[in-house]
Amino acid sequence: MTIAEDPATTAPGYKWVGTRMIRPDGFEKVTGRARFGADLKLNGMLYGHVLRSPHAHANIVSIDTSEAEKMAGVRAVITRADFPAPSGPAGDQDLQRNAMAREKVLYEGHVVAAVAAQTRGQAKAAAEAIKVVYEVLPHVMTVDEAMAPSAALLHPNLMTKGIDPAPTGPSNVASRALYQGGDLDLGFAESDVVVEGTFTTKPVHHGYIEPHAAVADTTPNGRTTLWCSSQGHFTMRAMSAKVLGWEPSRLKVIPAEIGGGFGGKTTIYLEPLAVRLSQKAGRPVKMVMSRDEVFRATGPASGTKIVAKMGFKNDGTMVAAELWMAYEAGAFAGSPAGAGSMTALAPYTVANFLIEGFDVVVNKPKVAAYRAPGAPMSSFAVESLIDEAATKIGMDPIEIRLKNAVTEGCQATYGPKFPRIGFVETLEAIKNHPNYQIPLGPNQGRGVASGFWFNAGLNSSATVHVNEDGNVIVVTGSPDIGGSRASMALMAAEEFGIDAARIQPVVGDTESVGYNDQTGGSRTTLATGAAVIEACRKILADLRGRAAKQWDVPLDKVEWVDGQAQHVDGTQPPLSLEDLAKGWNRTGGPLTASAALNARGVGSAFSTQVVDLEIDPDTGHVTVLRYLTAQDAGRAIHPSYVEGQLQGGVVQGLGWALNEEYIFDRNGKMENASFLDYRIPVASDMPMIDTIVVEVPNPGHPYGVRGVGEVGIVPPLAAVANAVEHAVGRRLRDLPLSPVRILDAILNKDC
Amino acid sequence: MGTLSRLARRLADLVGAHRAALQPAVCGPGIAKLGATPLDGLPSVGLARLRGTHLKYFAPSTVEEAVGLLAQPNTKVFAGATDVIPQIRAGRPEPDALVDLKKIDRLIAVQCTDAKWIIGAATPTARLTANAEFSAEFPGLAEAAGLIGSDQVQSRSSLGGNLCNASPAADSVPAMIVNGARVVIATANGGTRSVAVQDVPTGPGRTSLAPGEFVVEIEVDRAPARTADAYLRMIPRTEMDIAVVGVGVRVTLDESGKVTDALVALGAVAPTVVRVPAAEAALIGSTLDDAALAVAAAAASAACNPIDDKRGTIAYRTHVAGVLTRRAAVIAGQRAAEKNGASR
Ligand SMILES: Cc1cc2nc3c(=O)[nH]c(=O)nc-3n(C[C@H](O)[C@H](O)[C@H](O)COP(=O)(O)OP(=O)(O)OC[C@H]3O[C@@H](n4cnc5c(N)ncnc54)[C@H](O)[C@@H]3O)c2cc1C
Repeated sequence: MTIAEDPATTAPGYKWVGTRMIRPDGFEKVTGRARFGADLKLNGMLYGHVLRSPHAHANIVSIDTSEAEKMAGVRAVITRADFPAPSGPAGDQDLQRNAMAREKVLYEGHVVAAVAAQTRGQAKAAAEAIKVVYEVLPHVMTVDEAMAPSAALLHPNLMTKGIDPAPTGPSNVASRALYQGGDLDLGFAESDVVVEGTFTTKPVHHGYIEPHAAVADTTPNGRTTLWCSSQGHFTMRAMSAKVLGWEPSRLKVIPAEIGGGFGGKTTIYLEPLAVRLSQKAGRPVKMVMSRDEVFRATGPASGTKIVAKMGFKNDGTMVAAELWMAYEAGAFAGSPAGAGSMTALAPYTVANFLIEGFDVVVNKPKVAAYRAPGAPMSSFAVESLIDEAATKIGMDPIEIRLKNAVTEGCQATYGPKFPRIGFVETLEAIKNHPNYQIPLGPNQGRGVASGFWFNAGLNSSATVHVNEDGNVIVVTGSPDIGGSRASMALMAAEEFGIDAARIQPVVGDTESVGYNDQTGGSRTTLATGAAVIEACRKILADLRGRAAKQWDVPLDKVEWVDGQAQHVDGTQPPLSLEDLAKGWNRTGGPLTASAALNARGVGSAFSTQVVDLEIDPDTGHVTVLRYLTAQDAGRAIHPSYVEGQLQGGVVQGLGWALNEEYIFDRNGKMENASFLDYRIPVASDMPMIDTIVVEVPNPGHPYGVRGVGEVGIVPPLAAVANAVEHAVGRRLRDLPLSPVRILDAILNKDC
Repeated sequence: MGTLSRLARRLADLVGAHRAALQPAVCGPGIAKLGATPLDGLPSVGLARLRGTHLKYFAPSTVEEAVGLLAQPNTKVFAGATDVIPQIRAGRPEPDALVDLKKIDRLIAVQCTDAKWIIGAATPTARLTANAEFSAEFPGLAEAAGLIGSDQVQSRSSLGGNLCNASPAADSVPAMIVNGARVVIATANGGTRSVAVQDVPTGPGRTSLAPGEFVVEIEVDRAPARTADAYLRMIPRTEMDIAVVGVGVRVTLDESGKVTDALVALGAVAPTVVRVPAAEAALIGSTLDDAALAVAAAAASAACNPIDDKRGTIAYRTHVAGVLTRRAAVIAGQRAAEKNGASR
C-alpha cells in the first residue's frame, strides 16, 4: 500500500508532513465498522426517553410521575428532584438548569423528565404519561423583543455585566463586550464615504449527521462508565459530574467515533440523564436523540441583529467603524457576542472604532459553539459594508481589503499584536487566480469577502509507546473529527523518520491518557500535535541515549536520522528503531513517553473567498456557479484534510447564507425541525469548491501549523450577499437570502 | 488491499441489483407469495418496531385478498411507505395493520396497449422513469415522477402513494391531471370503479376513496400526435425538497404549430391541484407567442389560492405559478413540435 499518493506535495524538508496518507480510521468508517454513539449494545441495557417542554416559557407547577412509574417495562423515572439544587458559578448553574429544568422551562424542548424502560416504545409511552402542570408565561424570541423595556424576563436575577454604572435591576441582557480605539466622531468626520445598515441573521444548526447519543453503566459501587460521541470526553466528564453532583473521577468516559460536531458536541445533553437513569435502574441505559430533538433541544448558532456604520477615505483607507451587535444566547447566557466583537474588525487596521456586543437571553435552545462561533455574523455586516464602500469609491473589492489588511506587527482591534500572518497572501492568491478574471453573464454576480478566526491553544496530553516490533502507538485524548488521527500519525512519522503506516494513532478514554481539552477552536493539530511531537522527541532522546550506551560513546556522538541511530563519524553500524525496540530488555525497559502542555504560539487564521452566482430573475433561485477559497494553513500536515476543512466551512456558510434558518410559530415552537424544511445544502446545490492552501508558517509551532477548521465559514455570508447585490442591484441585509427574499427584492426594486 | 477489493465487489453487486430493479417489467418479477397472514418473520420486524407497538403487517398477493384484509377496521394500505413511515415516525396515529401492496403483481406492472398505458399503482417510480417508451411519450409525467425524492426514495415511491397521500405539493399529480389520467379503484364489495385523478384528492391528506378502497392502476390514454407535456417545480434547493409551486402543462399542436389543445394544472398553490381553464384558453389557438404566454401566466397567477407558510409566501407562490406556467408551456410546445410528423 502506498501511503504517499502524491509525494510531490511533500513540504520542503519534510518526508511525511504534507503527504496524503489514507486516514487510519478510513477503512472502518467506509465499511460501516466504526462504532458511533448509538452503536453500543450492552447486556440488560434499557432505553431512555426524554419528556420535553411543549412551551417556550412556563413555570413548572407540578410533575406527577406515579402513573409512568407503574407502566410496563419502566425501570426508572427522573425529574428535577433527582438532581442536586444548582450551585456554584452562574455558568455551572445554567449547565445544571439546562440539563434538567428546575422552576421553569425556558424553551420548547427543555428537559422536564426522563424515563428508562425495556423498550424504546415503553419509555416513550411512560414519558408521555408523566403529568406536568405548567403555568405558561409570556415569551421573547428575538433580541428586539428581549431588550424591550417591558420584556418578559427569563431569569429574575440576571444583571448585565460590563456596563458602567452597573444596572440596578435585572434584564435579558447578560453582558456587554466593548472594544474601542481612537476617536469615532473624528473618524467619521474625516471620512469621504460613509456606509451603514442594519443586518440580521437567523439561528442556524450545524446539521451534523449523527444525532447525540449516550450509554451509561453504573455499577453498585457507584463508578460509572459513559460512552458518548462528543468533541471532548474529558469535558463531558467534567460537565456531567457537575450536574450529577459528583467528583469527575467517579466517571470514566469512553469516546465513541463522532459523526460530526462543528462545535455542537462540546456540551452535555443526554449524558447526565443516562447516568442518573442507569444509577436508579441499576442497569445500563442508552439514549439517542431523534433529529427533531436535535433541532429543538441542542444548540444552534445565535441569531443576531447588527447595526453597523463605517467610514472610508477616497483612497479606500478605513478610518472609522461603529458596530452595535446583539447576539441571541438562547435560554442561558453565553452567546459568542464577545468573540464576534473581537473578530469583527480584526483583519483590518482602523484608527477609530467602537464595538459593542450584547449577549441576550431569549426563549430558544441555548446556543452552542458553531465553527468560528460569533465571527460569521459580525463579519457579514463588516464585509458587506466594505463591499458597499468599494462600489461607492469605485475600487476593486480585493484592493480595498489589501489597502487596510493587517500584517505582522499590526495591533488587532481586540488588543494583541499580530505575529507573522498570511492574510495579505490570501488576498493576493484570489486576485491572481484565473477565477477572478472570468467574465460574468447577465444575472450573474461576483462577491468577495475575508474573515479572521483565532486558534485556541488550551490543554493537550499525548502518550507515545514503541512496541517490541518497532512500530509506534500514539495515544491522544482528542476525538478525531476532521482527520486528526492522520495528522498525528504524519507528525509522529516525521519525528521518528519511519513510514507513517507504522504509526497507530489512538483516541484514548479518560483513564488511558492525560487530560485533553476539546477538539474545537481549530486547536487539535496544533496543540495535541505539539504534545505528540514533544512526546516523540522525549523517546528519541531516550533512543539516542540507549544507542550511546550500547556503543559506549558520548550522547553527542549519536544522531537520529531516517528512523535510526547513527554514529556521527559512521564508526558504528546504525541501530534502527526495530533494533532498539528488540533490545530494550538490556537498555532500560520499554520505550514510552508522555507529554502534556498548555499550548502556546497559537496562530491566527485568515481566509479570503470569492463566489460567482447566478440568479433566476423570475423565481429568485440562486445557482452557485463557482467558488474559490484561499486560506492560510501555516503548514498543511495532511493537505487533503486541510482542503476538506476549507470546503466544509464554505458549504456550511453557503447554507447559512442561502436557506438555513430556524422558523418559530407565534407560541415559540419550532416549525421546521427536520431536514425537509430546515434546508442544509444538498450535494447538487454545490459547485466544486476550489481551494488554495496558503502556507505562511506559524512561528509558534514546531511545524508551522495553524488551525484550519473554522475560519472557512466566516466569509461566505457576506461573499454571497455581495454577489447577490452585484447580480440584482439590491443590497440584502437579512439572511437567509432565500428565493422568496431575493424575488421580493427584485420585484420591489424601486421601493 | 483485500478489504478494498471486497468492498468494490460488493458495490458492483449492489449497482447490478439496482439496475435489475430498474428494468421495465410488464408483469411483476417472481416474488414469493406471502399470503394473507400476519408475518412473524423478517418483513414485519421493521414496521412493528416503528413505535414499539404491535402493528400488524400483511402482504397479500392478490387484489381480492387485499380487499378482504381492508375490511378490518383501522387498516391502511401502503406501497413504497415513503410517506407512511415518516408520518408514523412523526407521531401520526398508527393503524392497527398495514397492508403491503407491492406483492400484488398487477400493482407493480407497467403495460402499454394501443389505447392506453396501465401503470400498477404501487410500481416504483424508478421503474416507470426507466421505461424509455413511456418517458418519450410523457416526458413531463416522467420528469415529475423522477423528481420525487432521491434514487433511494424512487426505488420505493409510487404514483398511487403520491396521489393518495393527497399532499397539495405532490409532484406527479399535476402531470397526471394534464394527461387526463384516471385511476381504477378496487371497491370494498369486490368490484372496481374508475375516476379521474383530479377527483381523488379532496384536500390536504384527504381523498374521495371510501373506507376499504384502494387504487389498483393508473390509466393514461396514449398521447395524440404532436402532443407533449412538461412539468416544472420551484424548490429552494436543487433536490430533496417539497415543491413550493409545481406546474404541469400539456399542449397539442396542429401541423402549422398552432395549439389545438392545452391543459394547465398547478400544484402547491391551493388545497388540491388547480386546473386553469383561462390559461388553457389563452394557449389554445396561439403559437405560444409572448402575448399568449403572458395571458396564460397571468391566468395561472390569478387561479392561485395559496397559503403563507414556512415554505413560501402567498405573493411568492402566486408570482412563480405564472412564471413556471409560461416556461412549462414553452417546453411542452417545443417537445410537441419535435414530435411533428411522427405520430407518437
Ligand atoms: C426523502 C423524501 C423525499 C421526498 N420527495 C418528494 C418529492 O420531491 N415530491 C413528492 O411529490 N413527494 C416526495 N416525497 C413523498 C413521497 O415519496 C411521495 O409522495 C411518494 O410518491 C409516495 O409513494 P409511496 O408509494 O411511498 O406511498 P406510501 O407511503 O406507501 O403511501 C402514501 C399514502 O397513500 C396511501 N396509498 C398508497 N398506495 C395506495 C393505493 N394504491 N391506493 C390507495 N391508497 C394508497 C397510503 O395509505 C398512504 O396514506 C418524498 C419523501 C421522502 C421520504
